[in-house]
Amino acid sequence: MDQKTLTIDGVELSFDPRQTIMEAAAAAGVYIPHLCHHPDFKPHGSCKLCTVKVNGRFASACTLPAAEGQEVLNKTLELNQLRTRITQMLFVEGNHFCPGCEISGHCKLQATAYGLGMLDSHFPHFYPARRVDASHPDIMLDLDRCILCELCVRASRDMDGKSVFGIAGRGMESHLVVAAESGALVDTLIEVSDRAAHVCPVGAILIKHTAYEKPIGQRRYDHHPIQAALLQEDQGD
Amino acid sequence: MTDLMTHKIRIATTSLAGCFGCHMSFLDIDERFFTLCEHVVFDRSPFTDIKHLGEHVDVGLIEGGLCNAENVSTLREFRDHVKILVAVGACAINGGIPAMRNHIPLKECLEESYLVAVGIDSPQIPNDPELPLLLDRVRPIHEVVKVDYFLPGCPPSAEVFWTFLTDLMAGREPQIPEAQIHFD
Repeated sequence: MDQKTLTIDGVELSFDPRQTIMEAAAAAGVYIPHLCHHPDFKPHGSCKLCTVKVNGRFASACTLPAAEGQEVLNKTLELNQLRTRITQMLFVEGNHFCPGCEISGHCKLQATAYGLGMLDSHFPHFYPARRVDASHPDIMLDLDRCILCELCVRASRDMDGKSVFGIAGRGMESHLVVAAESGALVDTLIEVSDRAAHVCPVGAILIKHTAYEKPIGQRRYDHHPIQAALLQEDQGD
Repeated sequence: MTDLMTHKIRIATTSLAGCFGCHMSFLDIDERFFTLCEHVVFDRSPFTDIKHLGEHVDVGLIEGGLCNAENVSTLREFRDHVKILVAVGACAINGGIPAMRNHIPLKECLEESYLVAVGIDSPQIPNDPELPLLLDRVRPIHEVVKVDYFLPGCPPSAEVFWTFLTDLMAGREPQIPEAQIHFD
């Protein structure tokens, strides 16, 4: 079979025709910032952090199939400034208080912001009133930090076969809900061994009794630049 | 920036709705403080106990967000007098821990703290005219004045202060390297 190639920031790489641009990039060791993408799940294309320019047009790298001869721009000032603004919007839309968050140091949203050189939130903060559900004995749900990436929705539906999570509401009213009449996590089928309990890129779904196990300096993103750490995860390490 | 190169840089600092942790971290530059003092002079600051800013101050470092009316007037005094205003630390940048009260109505916060909490002796909500009025929500400083630089962290490490100030002293555009960016 002929090896097909595309270029990312001028560097040629070969790809498998079934791959998306994101998958081709990850396989070649090229980091494209992302939050809703996870190699184990179907692409969702909602966070838009992986926006690249393909032959001069904006596209989501996680959903666009790789194709012969594509000229992809990824690490440009323009794209990284757009990504920074998107990340800042995610921060002001929820309640992300890193100094008091159990997931700080392990958080993909935070590490992505570091990688983009984000120093401030730029926009006015919403400080929304969001629900905390501590009903489950092993799993904590704190919607203050939910970024609506739907990774838990996909994991619970496609991997655990339980469809515990869903998104309700529209636009600004969009929010995560759980499949229980009472609306409480304890009344769902979720178990601590489920993939959905461990897939959250932020601190919205937390395993109880495990907070602050690793001291500052030993956490996932304390010393690994986000690019290297996320690439490892995407390549299955 | 030429006058900054030839004269000592005047720095003012303050803590608004903060915990002084950022100031403590600033002092963690340790003996480098002596080097710093060869190049800078402190204006209004908890370090000097000067209460109001002088006419021409080069840099204002603001720790903490805005939780009351006095914070707002102090911040405006800084903006009016300093050339370069810097938001220092998580609270100045996004409200920080104090802003976690923002989804609770102010009345409920005051009642919980001063009327119904366990162990309160002679419950009453403080209303002395000397006390600044609380804002309904804690706000980061960029929502009220223009901010020129941001030093994130809770607190920003001594290295962040040193990077920022040495860049400034050398007449360079301050640039915080990725390894020094932390939000906690």
